[in-house]
Amino acid sequence: MKNLYLIAYLDLKESIRAKWFVVYSFVFGGLIALFFIAGVTESQVMGFSGLSRLLLMYIQITIVILPIFILITTVRSISGDRDSHVLEYMLSFPISLKQYYWGKVIGRFITVFLPVFFAMVIAIVYGAFKGAAIPWSIFFLYTGLLFAMSSAFLGIAFFISSFVKSSEVALGLSFFIWIFLLAFIDIALISLMMQERMSSSLIIFISLINPMEIFRVAAISLFDPQLTVMGPVAFYILDSMSQTVFVLVSIVYPLVLGLVFAFLGYKIFEKKDLV
Amino acid sequence: MIKIKNLTKKFGSNVSLEKVSCEFNKNESIALMGANGAGKTTLVRSIMGYYHPNSGEVLINGLNPIKNRLDVLEHISFVPQLPPPIKLSISELMEYIEVSAKVDKELIKHYANEMKLDISANLNKSFFKLSGGMKQKLLIAISLAKKSDIIIYDEPTANLDPKARDDFYRLLKQNEEDKVLLFVTHRLEEVKDLINRQIYMDLGKIVSDERF
Repeated sequence: MKNLYLIAYLDLKESIRAKWFVVYSFVFGGLIALFFIAGVTESQVMGFSGLSRLLLMYIQITIVILPIFILITTVRSISGDRDSHVLEYMLSFPISLKQYYWGKVIGRFITVFLPVFFAMVIAIVYGAFKGAAIPWSIFFLYTGLLFAMSSAFLGIAFFISSFVKSSEVALGLSFFIWIFLLAFIDIALISLMMQERMSSSLIIFISLINPMEIFRVAAISLFDPQLTVMGPVAFYILDSMSQTVFVLVSIVYPLVLGLVFAFLGYKIFEKKDLV
Repeated sequence: MIKIKNLTKKFGSNVSLEKVSCEFNKNESIALMGANGAGKTTLVRSIMGYYHPNSGEVLINGLNPIKNRLDVLEHISFVPQLPPPIKLSISELMEYIEVSAKVDKELIKHYANEMKLDISANLNKSFFKLSGGMKQKLLIAISLAKKSDIIIYDEPTANLDPKARDDFYRLLKQNEEDKVLLFVTHRLEEVKDLINRQIYMDLGKIVSDERF
């Protein structure tokens, strides 16, 4: 266990010093700051106002940029170390592959989750300071969703990182997965599929296995489920499933998905040549 | 200590090692030589347990380096040809080595001083920001402080100036007893005073093996 924590701790320290982490934190912190500066909390559009509206906007942008941020920063974690021969040297010491791999996963999870979480905390604290009502239910739901979403894409990134030989291929694959999942969210391809009269159960199944779609639907599920902005599939899902069950699914499923991919990545890492 | 039996390693259709068999025993200092692509690095990486062989086996003190990774690597020190761009600071790297391999930090500092490298002044500096020579000196200091039975050096003096090379050879002479020293090198003259065995590889095979 000592080695596991050591790897996690060192990866965390290394990541915090990296330029990508500065940009990553700046983007999410900057988004919140921008919303306050733009007066988002003072505006009222389609029934949302105050911090609820700010958090909703934050989460809607996060749906799009968080996965790609996690993928491109994490996917090089092992493949980059392999490329640069860092892995060859670091693994010449008696540290188990399990400790090395899962230590990296833990360290990287903390690195990618904390900035997006703290950006929300800053919004809540600043909003409270300004006298706005705190939407605790939305805050806790979004914290759970961000946690689950981070784990899903971190797991996918480690999975890619474990078998890809070069960082360039890993990056290319990350962009492909991101675009692919983005295309399969409600408003885009699923609407097209409905137009093509594909089976509704197939459409619902595709949307339910896509962590980005689950995240998107869950993020707006606390608001009025009749809203047309939700898109047809989101409306159908929320109409046919109780909100509580769907929120649970939307947190548990990406978590499990992330763990499964991370575990598969570990198995590949363990079975393949290390360098 | 190291027993290699009929080891074959292929990368796709390229045969990197073909039925290589040899043994390295205590008090042997070996120069592993050969042209680029001869299979030297593949052999070293197989000893370290990085590669899964297609056939044959490697045993270190009777243990398989893949299945018994921790037990085997406790006995091996390794210095690569080019120091990798590790982003950890020197103090973090030393912490990693202290915890994972139970190496005394003071001993690393001691050997670093012997190599004329003042690490106390650079503890918070990233390893990759050190000069090539400083990195190599630190890796050599770590390899000696680990007190391993098997020390593998891949072109260890590539980045060292003549004075540092002399320091390195002097320290090795003091620490060679009861060990296996394996040098991957292209320049025999640099290690000829240290070695008592020379192996030459070509196209994935051992083509000559001489003891002095």
